[in-house]
Amino acid sequence: MKLEVRELRKSYGAFAALRGVSFEVRSGERVAMIGPNGAGKSTCFNVVNGQLRPDAGTVRLDDIDVSGRAPRHLARLGIGRTFQTAETFASMSVRENVQLALLSHRGRCGSLVANARCAFVAEAQALLERVGLAAQADRASASLAYADLKRLELALALAGEPKLLLMDEPTAGMAPQERSELMRLVVELAERDSTAVLFTEHDMDVVFGFATRVLVLHAGALIASGTPEAVRADPRVREVYLGSA
Amino acid sequence: MSASAVLLQFLNGLAGASSLFLLASGLSLIFGVTRVVNFAHGSLYMLGMYLAVFLAPRIGFWPALPVTALALAFVGAAAELVVLRRLRHAPELLQLLATFALVLLARDFALWTWGPEDMLGPRPPGLSGAFEVGNGRFPEYDAFLCLLGPSVFVALTLVLRRTRWGVLVRAATEDREMTGALGVNERWLFTGVFAVGAALAGLGGATAIPREPASLGVDLAAIADAFVVVVVGGLGSIPGAFLAALVVGEVKAFCIALGLERLVLGVEFIVMAIVLVGRPWGLLGRPPARAVPRRMDDAGFALDGRERLLASVAAALLLLAPLVASEYSMVLLTEIAVLALFAASLHLLLGPGGMVSFGHAAYFGIGAYAAGILLLKEGWPAWAALAAAPAASFAAAMIAGALCARLSDVYLAMLTLALAQIAWSIAYQWDSLTGGSNGLIGLWPKGALADVHAYYSAALALAGGAILFIWRAVGSPFGFALRASRDSQARAETVGIDVRATQWIAFSAAGLFAGLAGGLYAFSKGSISPESLDVTRSVDGLVMVLLGGVQSLLGPPVGAALLTWLQDMLAREVPYWRAAIGATVLALVLLLPQGVAGLVGRRPQ
Amino acid sequence: MRFCLYLVLTLSAASLQAQTIKLGELNSYKVFPAFLEPYKKGMELALEEINAKGGAGGHKLELVIRDDGGTPGDAVRVAEELIAREKVDLLMGTFASNVGLAVANLANQRKVVFLASEPLTDKLVWEDGNPYTFRLRPSTYMQVAMLIPEAAKLRKKRWALVYPNYEYGQSAAASFKKLLARAQPDVEFVAEQATPLNKIDAGAVTQALADAKPDAIFSALFAVDLQKFVREGNTRRLFAGRPVFNLLAGEPEYLDPLKDETPEGWWVTGYPWKEIDTPAHRRFRDAYRKRWNDYPRAGSVVGYTAVYSAAGAIAKAGGAGADRLIAALKGLQVDMPFATIAYRALDHQSTMGAYIGRLAKKDGQGTMVDWRYVDGASVQPPDAEVRALRKE
Repeated sequence: MKLEVRELRKSYGAFAALRGVSFEVRSGERVAMIGPNGAGKSTCFNVVNGQLRPDAGTVRLDDIDVSGRAPRHLARLGIGRTFQTAETFASMSVRENVQLALLSHRGRCGSLVANARCAFVAEAQALLERVGLAAQADRASASLAYADLKRLELALALAGEPKLLLMDEPTAGMAPQERSELMRLVVELAERDSTAVLFTEHDMDVVFGFATRVLVLHAGALIASGTPEAVRADPRVREVYLGSA
Repeated sequence: MSASAVLLQFLNGLAGASSLFLLASGLSLIFGVTRVVNFAHGSLYMLGMYLAVFLAPRIGFWPALPVTALALAFVGAAAELVVLRRLRHAPELLQLLATFALVLLARDFALWTWGPEDMLGPRPPGLSGAFEVGNGRFPEYDAFLCLLGPSVFVALTLVLRRTRWGVLVRAATEDREMTGALGVNERWLFTGVFAVGAALAGLGGATAIPREPASLGVDLAAIADAFVVVVVGGLGSIPGAFLAALVVGEVKAFCIALGLERLVLGVEFIVMAIVLVGRPWGLLGRPPARAVPRRMDDAGFALDGRERLLASVAAALLLLAPLVASEYSMVLLTEIAVLALFAASLHLLLGPGGMVSFGHAAYFGIGAYAAGILLLKEGWPAWAALAAAPAASFAAAMIAGALCARLSDVYLAMLTLALAQIAWSIAYQWDSLTGGSNGLIGLWPKGALADVHAYYSAALALAGGAILFIWRAVGSPFGFALRASRDSQARAETVGIDVRATQWIAFSAAGLFAGLAGGLYAFSKGSISPESLDVTRSVDGLVMVLLGGVQSLLGPPVGAALLTWLQDMLAREVPYWRAAIGATVLALVLLLPQGVAGLVGRRPQ
Repeated sequence: MRFCLYLVLTLSAASLQAQTIKLGELNSYKVFPAFLEPYKKGMELALEEINAKGGAGGHKLELVIRDDGGTPGDAVRVAEELIAREKVDLLMGTFASNVGLAVANLANQRKVVFLASEPLTDKLVWEDGNPYTFRLRPSTYMQVAMLIPEAAKLRKKRWALVYPNYEYGQSAAASFKKLLARAQPDVEFVAEQATPLNKIDAGAVTQALADAKPDAIFSALFAVDLQKFVREGNTRRLFAGRPVFNLLAGEPEYLDPLKDETPEGWWVTGYPWKEIDTPAHRRFRDAYRKRWNDYPRAGSVVGYTAVYSAAGAIAKAGGAGADRLIAALKGLQVDMPFATIAYRALDHQSTMGAYIGRLAKKDGQGTMVDWRYVDGASVQPPDAEVRALRKE
C-alpha cells in the first residue's frame, strides 16, 4: 500500500492553508503529522480523508487518484478513520455498532428483511475482543466511558480492514495513562496487518513514543520529515516550535 | 396596469407585509432562542384579535392596542411557565405536541368566551379615511401599518443590540450551549422571550382588527403565514423576517393585481420551497453554529417480550374481531388500521430516520387521489387502483426527497410542509382531475369488498402486513444504516454508508406506505377530498406518533388508535370536544413524556 | 267482541306510540358555529312542536345530533355511526358542499335516505344526484338565478366578479356569467377575482377590481371575506356609483356583523326576519323568540324546516324504511315559515326560495328593503336540462 500526496494546495480566500504539500505513507508505517496551530495540518488531514477538496494537487492511493472523493468512497477503498471527538452510533449497543460497520463494509446494507442483529455476530465479537471491549458488547454505546468509546471507534474503523488508518488527534480528551494504552493498542493492531497509520497529534509524548516517522507542517508547507529522532534534532523544527510555543 | 395602480398595489403589499412581520417576528424570536416550534403562535394572534375587539368599545381602539399586547405577554409567559418549561428536557418534538394542544384549547376558549359570530373591529378613530393616490385611494390606517411594521422592526433591532437582554437573546439564538455555559439564567430568558413573542403576536392581532374580523379560523391561517415568513427569512433572524414579510406581501399583492389570484393559495409555499432548496437556511439565516446531535434513546426499536406479547394479543383480537364486532366497530377499526399505517410510515421518518416531516399527509393524499382517479376515471378495478396508490406516492416522495436532501431539522420539516401545501393547492384547484374543493365521490370497491366486515379484513391484512414489514425493516441492515445516519452522519459516511441515499430511500418508502394508507382510506370512505392531504392531517399524524411514543415501534399504532378513538368518542359526548382533546393530549404529554407505549416494555436507559 | 276490538286498537296505538323514529343529524357545529347554532335551535324547536302534537303520523321523533368534524372523512365515519350503531331511519344535515357530497355518497351506498339541509352545491342534486339524497336549501344556481332579472334590468355592460375560490364560488360565478349573458347578450366580464376562502386580501382585490373599471360587481363572498371586502371597498370607494350583487349577504348570519359598515343599495339574497309579516312567519318567529329568547337567523329556518320535512315524509310514508321515505319525499309538500314548499320528484330539490332585496342601514344595523320572496320553483332550469345533468 502506498498513499502518495503530491503538491496539495488549498486556500480560504486570501489565506493559503496549504502551499504545495507532498509526502508518502507506506504499509507498516505510523506517521505523525504535527505543527503549530494554523500550520495547515487539519486542512491537510481533511483533504486526505475526503472532507475537503484540494484546489490543486493529488492524493493517490495505490496509484488511484482519490482526491476529492467522498469519505464513503475512501472507506470502500480501504481508508479507515477515527475522529477527534469519538463518533459512534449512540442509539446502538456496542456490538450493534460493529455489526453495522461490518454490514456496511461488506455491502449488505441494502437488505430490508434480514435481521441485522443476527449478522456477523462472531466476527463482531472477534473485533471487540481485539480492542478489548468483548465484555461490554451488550452495553448501550452511549453509556461507555470515553476511553472505551475510542476503542469502539477503532473497532468500527478496523471493521473495513483498512490498509490505511487516519486518526485525527486520537488521544484528545484522554488522561495520560489512557493515552498510552490506546496507542499501544493501535500499534499492536496495525503491526498485525501491517496497516499504515497517519495521525495528527498535539501530545509530543505520543508522537515521539509511537510514530515511526514524523511530518512537520508550518505555514502550509512541509518543513521536515523523518524519524522522530531526526525531526527532534532538526533546527527549523526547533525554531518553529520555540518561536510559536 | 397604470403607474398609479402599480403604486397602490405596492402599498397594499407593504401594509400586508407589515402585518405579517408583526405576526412572524415573535415566532422567529421564540424559535431562535428556545428552538420550540410554537404551533400556538397563531392562536396568540387570534386571541389578540378577539381581545382587542372586546376592549376597543370599552377603552377605545388606540389604548386597546398596547393593553392587548401586554395581556398577551402574560398569556405567553404563562404558557411557557405552566406547560413548556416542564417539557424542556422531554424528548424532542414533545413541546410541539404541547403547543398543538394549546391551539385546540385556545380555539374553544374563544368560542366559549366570545361566541360564534365573526367580530369586525371598529374603524380606527382618526385614521378612518383614505388618501387620494393617483387614480385610487389608499386607507389611512394601511398607511399607519406601513409605518408600524418598520418601526417595530427598528425598535426590536435596537433592543436586541443595545440591551443586556437583547445580547443574551442574540447569543442564545446563535449558540444555545454557549449561553448555558455563560451562566445565564436560561429559564427566565425563555419565559421572557415567550412573553415578548406573544406580545408581538397580540399586537399583530390587535392591529389587524380594523381590516379583518376576529374569527375562529384565523389561528391556523396565521400560523401558516408566520411559518413561511420565519423560514424564508431564516429562523431566528429578525431582519430576515422583515425581508421575507416584504417579499411574501408584495408577491401576493401582485399575484392579485396581475389576475393570477388563484396562485395566492399556494404562492407563499412556492416561495418558501424555492428559498429552502436554494438557500437552506433562509434568506438571512445562518447555519447553526454546531450541529445539534440527534440523540434518541430508542432502545434500538426492538420489541421486548412484553411488547411482543401485547402486539400478538392485539393482532389476534383484531383478526378475530369481524366474527363478533358490530358494523360500526368495523368502520372505526378500519379507520384505526389505516391511520396506524399512516402513523407507522411517519414514524419511520421521525424515529429511525430522524427526519421531521410536517407534510406527510401529502403522500397519504396523493395515494388516495391516485386510487380514486384510476378507479373513477380510468375504470381500473379496485385492487389495481389500490396497488397504484403506493406507487404514485413513492414517485412523489422520491421527487420531494431529492429536493429535501440538503436539509435537516426544522428546515426539512418546513420544506415538507411547503411541498405538501403546494400539492394541496393543486388538488384543491385542478377541477377536471381531482374534483377541486369537492373532491371525488363514488369510490366504493365493488363485489366482496363492498361489505364493511370484508373490507376491514382486507384493510387489516394490508395495513397490518405493511406495519410488520416496516418493523422488520427497522431491524434490518437498512434500518441500522438509517439509524446510523441519524446518530452520526460523519461516522456513517466513514463506514461506507451513503447517508443521503439511505435517507432518500427511507423518505420514499415512508411516502409509499403513507400512499397505501391513503388508498385504503379512500375506498373505506367512498370519497376523497383535499382535506386528506392538508396540514391538519399531517399534524394529526405527528400527534399520533408522539402521543403513542416516538421511541417505540408500538407507539404509532397505539397513538393512532388512541387519537381516533378519542376524536370519535369526545366529538359525540362533549360539546367542546376540541378543547377536550387538547386537554387530554396536554395531560398525556405532561404525565407520559415517553408516550403511551412507554407504559409497557423497557424504559430507555 | 267489542272489548277485543278495543284491546286491539289500544295495543296497536301503544305499539305505534312506542315506535320512535330516529333522525340522525350531523353537522360541522364547531367549524361554522355562527350558522349552525341557530340551525340547531331551529331543529329543536320543530322537534318539540311536532312531538307535542303527537309526533309524525303517530311516531315520536328523536334527533340524534353529531358533530361531523368538518371534514368529509370524519363526516363519513360519523354518518356510519349514525346508520350502524344508532340505527337512524334518516340522515340529515351537513353544511359544506364537500361534506354534503361525501355523506350523500355514503347514503347511496348504505341505502339510507339523506336530507341535505344546508349544502348549496348544484352537484348534490344534479351531476352527483342519487336516489337517496334530497336537498332543502335553495342551491347556488337558484340563488344566482333569483338575482339575474334585477341584474339584467340595469343594462350594465362591464361586470366584475369576485368569489371565494372553491366550488360554491366557482359555480356561482359560472352560473351568473351564463345566465346574465343569456339575458343580456352584450355583457362583458372585465375582471374576475377568485380569492382564497376566508383569506381574501381585500385591499389588493379591491384595487384590482377598481382598475378594471367595471360598471357593476357580482360577489359570492360571505362571512369573513365579505366583511373584509365591504370595509376595504367602502374605504376605497369601490362601490361608489357601482351596483353590487352579493349572494347570501342578506342572511342575518352574514349581515349582522357588518353593522354600520353595511353597504346600502346592494342587491342580495337573504332573510329579512324582522320585516316578514305573513301569519306563518309571525307564528314561527314568535315561537322561536319564546323558546330561545333570540331572533331567528336563516339557519334557524333551515333547521326548523328540515325537521318538518322529515316529519312530513314520515307521516306520509306511515313510518320509516328507505323506499317508503323516498316515495313519500318525492313531491312532498311542507308548510314552512316562508311558504308551502315541495320536494321535486325530478331532482329531489325542494322549492324553498329566498328573499331578494337591497341592503339598507337602520340604527347602525344592516337590514333589507324592497324585498320580495322568490319561489324556488321559479328559478329552475328546464326539466330536460336537469334530467340530462342527472344522467337519467
